[in-house]
Amino acid sequence: MAEADNHDSGLALQSVSIRLGERLLLSVDTHVAPGSVLTVMGPSASGKSTLLAFIGGFLDKAFSASGTVLIDGEDMTGKSPQERHAGILFQDPLLFPHMSVGGNLLFAIPSAVRTPSERNSIARNMLAGMELEGCFDHDPARLSGGQKARVALARTLVSEPRALLLDEPFSKLDSALRQQMRELVFSLARERGLPVVLVTHDPADADAAGGQLVTIG
Amino acid sequence: MQKEEPLFRIARLAPFMVILLLTVPVLAGLAGTILPAFSYLPALGGKAPSPQAFRAVFAEPNIARSMALSLWTGLASTLLSVLIAAGVLASGFGTAGWTRMVHLLSPILSVPHAAAAYGLMVLIMPSGFLARLISPEITGWQNPPDILIPGDPWGLTLIAGLVAKEVPFLLLLLIAAMGQIDAARSLQMTSALGYGRLAGFFHVLWPQLYRQVRFAVFAVLAFSATAVDVAVILGPNAPSTLSVQLVHWMNDPDLAMRFTASAGAMVQLGLVLLLFAFWLALEKSVTMVRRHFAKGGLRFLSDRIATGTFRFAGWLLALATLGGLALLAVWSVSGLWPFPDAMPASYTFKAWMRALPAISGPMATTFEIGFLSAAIATLLCVLCLASPLSGKAANRFVDASLALPLLVPQTAFLFGLQIAAIKTGLGYGLTALVLVHLVFVMPYVFLSLRPAWKSLDPRFALVAGALGKSRTQTLLRIELPMLIRPVLTAFAVGFAVSAGLYLPTLLIGAGRMPTITTEAVALAAGANRRTIGVYAFLQAAIPFAGFVLAFAVPAWLFRNRAGMRAA
Repeated sequence: MAEADNHDSGLALQSVSIRLGERLLLSVDTHVAPGSVLTVMGPSASGKSTLLAFIGGFLDKAFSASGTVLIDGEDMTGKSPQERHAGILFQDPLLFPHMSVGGNLLFAIPSAVRTPSERNSIARNMLAGMELEGCFDHDPARLSGGQKARVALARTLVSEPRALLLDEPFSKLDSALRQQMRELVFSLARERGLPVVLVTHDPADADAAGGQLVTIG
Repeated sequence: MQKEEPLFRIARLAPFMVILLLTVPVLAGLAGTILPAFSYLPALGGKAPSPQAFRAVFAEPNIARSMALSLWTGLASTLLSVLIAAGVLASGFGTAGWTRMVHLLSPILSVPHAAAAYGLMVLIMPSGFLARLISPEITGWQNPPDILIPGDPWGLTLIAGLVAKEVPFLLLLLIAAMGQIDAARSLQMTSALGYGRLAGFFHVLWPQLYRQVRFAVFAVLAFSATAVDVAVILGPNAPSTLSVQLVHWMNDPDLAMRFTASAGAMVQLGLVLLLFAFWLALEKSVTMVRRHFAKGGLRFLSDRIATGTFRFAGWLLALATLGGLALLAVWSVSGLWPFPDAMPASYTFKAWMRALPAISGPMATTFEIGFLSAAIATLLCVLCLASPLSGKAANRFVDASLALPLLVPQTAFLFGLQIAAIKTGLGYGLTALVLVHLVFVMPYVFLSLRPAWKSLDPRFALVAGALGKSRTQTLLRIELPMLIRPVLTAFAVGFAVSAGLYLPTLLIGAGRMPTITTEAVALAAGANRRTIGVYAFLQAAIPFAGFVLAFAVPAWLFRNRAGMRAA
């Protein structure tokens, strides 16, 4: 990718390195263009998830990190997680169990969208786009595994994230479902121009992502 | 730097509030007991330190027997409670009927000590239900036999009363600890190696479990050796246990007796320390015995009789305690009930009609103090957990403060605290009572809420943060609703502890703020059994209602949310 073309858009990681005590876990210096994917591969316990925590702003105090995170040219280092708008997906859907499916989405829609009818239609449209129409009032605990994964994705997208952080989000799905979810996530990210950082130990994820690859550990 | 949200700026102070609210009363109270124990209390004319008060204590007739009774009942009941709780768990865990037994034992946790003691009393006393059940057919008794129960000189009834309450407490803590270790698979492993159920439990699970409940065992030891309410109801008289004797001195109209009472409280503190030292030695020898047997590889395979006995003991305890409470309800509405008849000949609400006007005031006080102290404790606990202190030293300080009131005998700091409460003018009022109740309520609220809070997947909060929500929004809209069941349960635990507190209420309220518990225990001195039935039944019902609400409210709120069911 051309260096000069605008680092003002997308996600820039400038001389980022993360340490646990004396040990260097990873060091990255790269730029993830809107709609493209940076894949970080490594065995479990190699500390690859700490990169997501650093970008998202919730790195445990046990680690020390240096470097700068820019999203669309704006310096995010030192900002609180809620100011960064970096949507995150874990391997578990982590739907809020006390809310309905629609409630999960409404919770995520930014408060700048004020009118209830507008918020409702954003949530319903997003669900419809993921073949979840009619699930608005459902109990998230009663959905299938694939449906839960799609609700988690829908919830992240309605929060209008500026980047997408994926922490092995496909590893708990069975293989058919995994392929579908990969396509859905990557195509939606491209469509919305979201830079994506994917952490995984599955080479098939990296192939499907098709972007830059960093191997650690 | 990130700006701290207002709620979390307050939350950061919560751990320090907890430390202050716990250590100041206990340490100030302790100092306030030590000084008069050495005859230094200028307000009462004691100006020069001297061992005079201690001499007065040891000059009391029967003091040696009182001390021995305290040591014996404390040690015996703790040993029995630990043994039965461990044995019931080892024998019953994973067997058919186990869940049912646990469900039967759990509600006993909410029953105040005094109510459980009265229940046991009406069950086993000579004119009690058991004697009636087998008389005259088996025993030939036409009149109640002349046996001193409760109040037998060896304190056996008192031990039984303490065991009935402490076994459910320890057992439920042990069950919670079982969840933290891989218990079921460890047992499969030991039985595959050919070990019997009990031996496998003792060798592999017990060392891990004991480490987690050790603090609670020491708290049980300190409590059992110093309990006042159970000892007043079930314990021996003339001489009574040291704890009961101490309260008599403290309530003596002759203020000079405060010196004796304070010195006695120091003696009791010494006894508790002695018991702690003995228990530490016991722990060492049990470990040695276990290592010895582990080397020998003895499998103790045929343990049917032992496991059967333990299972029987578990059921017996649960049924006796709950049956005793049911009997109290029967007594409260009984009319004529001549001796060998198992059930009353007639029923009447006279006892209720008589008691209700007198008891409505104390009931209101119980609710007021219980609600305020449980609410404050739960709020502080939530704030502490939402904003954990960084730094191990600070956390250890919070833990140590929470342990303090459970390990230091109540008399050792309440006596001094009473004097302080009077001198500062705080005494006898609602504020003073809520403050002193908080000292006892907070440790149990933390004990109840902390494990549940820590077991919530921290990624839920990360997800909320990534969705653009502040920490305050995350706490109020994600964490608290998801944890509503344990939060309300912790509140109910706090309320139950407060409602059942006897000595702190008696001493700091100085008789002017009676609660259902102080009134109920006062009846031990020979009130009629119907009145006792009314008071003790209400005493048990009030905290139980709290638990019912803690269960029912979330069940109703989240009736359509399968993910919010109780685990």
